[in-house]
Amino acid sequence: MNPEQFVEILNDWNAGAVLAWKFDRGELTVEVAPEQIVPLCRFLKSEQGFIRLSAVTAVDRYPMEPRFEVLYLLHSIEPSRRLRVKCRLGGEQPEIDSVTCVWRSANWYEREVFDLFGVRFRNHPDLRRILLPEGWKGHPLRKDYPVTGEKYTYSE
Amino acid sequence: MTLNMGPQHPSTHGVLRMVLELDGETVTNVECDIGYLHTGIEKEFEQKTWQQAVTLTDRIDYLCPLTNNLCYCLAVEKLLGLEIPLAAQWMRVLLNELTRINSHLVWLGTHAMDLGAMSVFLYCFREREDILRIFEMFAGQRMMTSYFRIGGLALDPPRGWQHAVKKFIDAFPSRVDQYEDLLTNNPIWLKRTKGVGYAPLEDLLDCGVTGPIIRAAGLAWDIRKSEPYSSYDKFDFDVPVRTESDVYARYQVRVEEMRQSARIVKQALEGMPPGPWKADAPHVVLPDREKMKTQIEALIYHFKIVTEGFRVPEGEVYQVVESPRGEMGYHVVSDGTSKPYRVFIHGPSFGNLQGLPLMIKGRLVSDAIAALGSTDFVLGDVDR
Repeated sequence: MNPEQFVEILNDWNAGAVLAWKFDRGELTVEVAPEQIVPLCRFLKSEQGFIRLSAVTAVDRYPMEPRFEVLYLLHSIEPSRRLRVKCRLGGEQPEIDSVTCVWRSANWYEREVFDLFGVRFRNHPDLRRILLPEGWKGHPLRKDYPVTGEKYTYSE
Repeated sequence: MTLNMGPQHPSTHGVLRMVLELDGETVTNVECDIGYLHTGIEKEFEQKTWQQAVTLTDRIDYLCPLTNNLCYCLAVEKLLGLEIPLAAQWMRVLLNELTRINSHLVWLGTHAMDLGAMSVFLYCFREREDILRIFEMFAGQRMMTSYFRIGGLALDPPRGWQHAVKKFIDAFPSRVDQYEDLLTNNPIWLKRTKGVGYAPLEDLLDCGVTGPIIRAAGLAWDIRKSEPYSSYDKFDFDVPVRTESDVYARYQVRVEEMRQSARIVKQALEGMPPGPWKADAPHVVLPDREKMKTQIEALIYHFKIVTEGFRVPEGEVYQVVESPRGEMGYHVVSDGTSKPYRVFIHGPSFGNLQGLPLMIKGRLVSDAIAALGSTDFVLGDVDR
C-alpha cells in the first residue's frame, strides 16, 4: 500500500483528520490536530494493525509557534510498517490527551515527555517525573533551558 | 511489608530501584523508580557536531556499544542519502554480531550468578575477554569503541584481523556447549527458571516489550529479518523462537542467538567483499592523510569537516536495529545545520522494564530476581 492510499483511508475514517502528511526517506509522517489523537490511535490500533506503540516523544521548535511537536511512533508487525503521527502544541502550558487507554506502553513515554518538556497529558494514570528527581524545577530538553543547568537547590 | 530493592543492589544490574510490596514472600505490587543514571545525553547530542556525537552513542547501552554506533550512523546516513560500500557494511555486521555475543555473555554470566551458578560467570567472561581483545585490535578501545562512523568505519581494519576473529569463532561453539552442559539440564536451574516469570504475549507487546522476551513468548519478530539494514538480508541465520514465555525459554532463546551470531560472523569472515571501508563522499568522510598533505581540495575538505562539521539536509528519520535487548531506535531530527536538532533514543530496556510488573506481581520474591535477570535490561538504555 502506498502512502497516498493510506492517507485516503485516514481521510475516509474522518474527513479533515489529516492536516498535513509527508513521505520522506521511506517514512510516512501524518499530522493531526491534538483533539483527534485518541480516536485516531484507537482506529489505527484496532483497524489498521498498529498494535505496537514504539515511543512517544517530542521536539521543541522554540521560538517557532506552535512550539512543541509531540510524535507518536507506531509500528505494525504484520504487515511490517511504521508510521509517525505528529501533533503540534503551543503555548505556556501545552496539554494533550493521553493514549495510555489505547497502548499501555505510552505510560512511561508520556511521563518522560512531561518530565523533559513540560507537556501535560490529560487522563494519564500517574503523571509525574520519571527521570529527574521529584522536586526538580524546569524542563531540561526545552531549547531555552541551559545546557549546564539552572542553579538547583534541593527543596528539603 | 514494603521492601526497597534500592538502587545499590547486586541483582538489579545497575541502578534500578524497585519498591516491592510484600505479603509474606509474595509480591503484591512493584513500582520501578528509574532515573539514577540519567545524564542528559539527548541534550548533549544537540551540542556536538554530527560526527562527534558518535562517541556519545557508545555510552547509552554500554554492553553493546557497536550496536548503538550502528543505529545512529545508519540514521544519519539515511538523512544524508549516503551509500556505504559493501565491505564496510559486512564489517559492520561482523562486529555487530560479535557485540551481540559479548552482550549475551554478560547477561548469561550475571543472570546465572544471581541464581547461584557462580562458575558460569567466569567462563562467560573468559570468552568476553577474547572479544574485547578483538575490539581493541580494531579500534584501540575495548568497550567504547566508536568504530562505526558516518560514512563507514573509523579506521581500516588492522593486519591480521582475520586470524584473530577466526581463532575466536572456531572455538566459540564448543564453549557454548560448555555453558549448556552446566545449565540446560541442571535440575536446580530447571527448578528455578521453568514456569517462572510467565507473561502472555499480547500483554507484553502492549506494554512495549521487544526483543528476545517476545521471541520467547512465541512471536518470531527480529528486525534483522523484518526490516533488514546494512546487508543483513545477505546472511543466512535462524531466529530462535519458544512459546513458554518463562525465564527458561528466554535463556534458551538467548543461548541459541549466540550460536546464530557465531554463524553470521563465520559467514562474514569467509565472504568479506573487497573494497573501500569508507564511502565516497568527500564532504562527509575525512580524506586520506597523504592526500590531505598534497592536494589542496582534500585540505579544504578536511578543514571544513573538522572545524564546522558537515551539514545534514533537513528532515527526520527513525532508524531501528535489533540490539541484543530488542528494538533500538534513533529518531534523529535535522534542521539543516552541522549539529543534530533533536535525537531521541528508543532504548529497548525502557520498554522491557514496563513489562516487568507483569512477570513479578503475584509471584515469590526469589522468582522476582530470576525474572529481573531474564529481562536483561541495561540502565544506560533506560535512563540515558
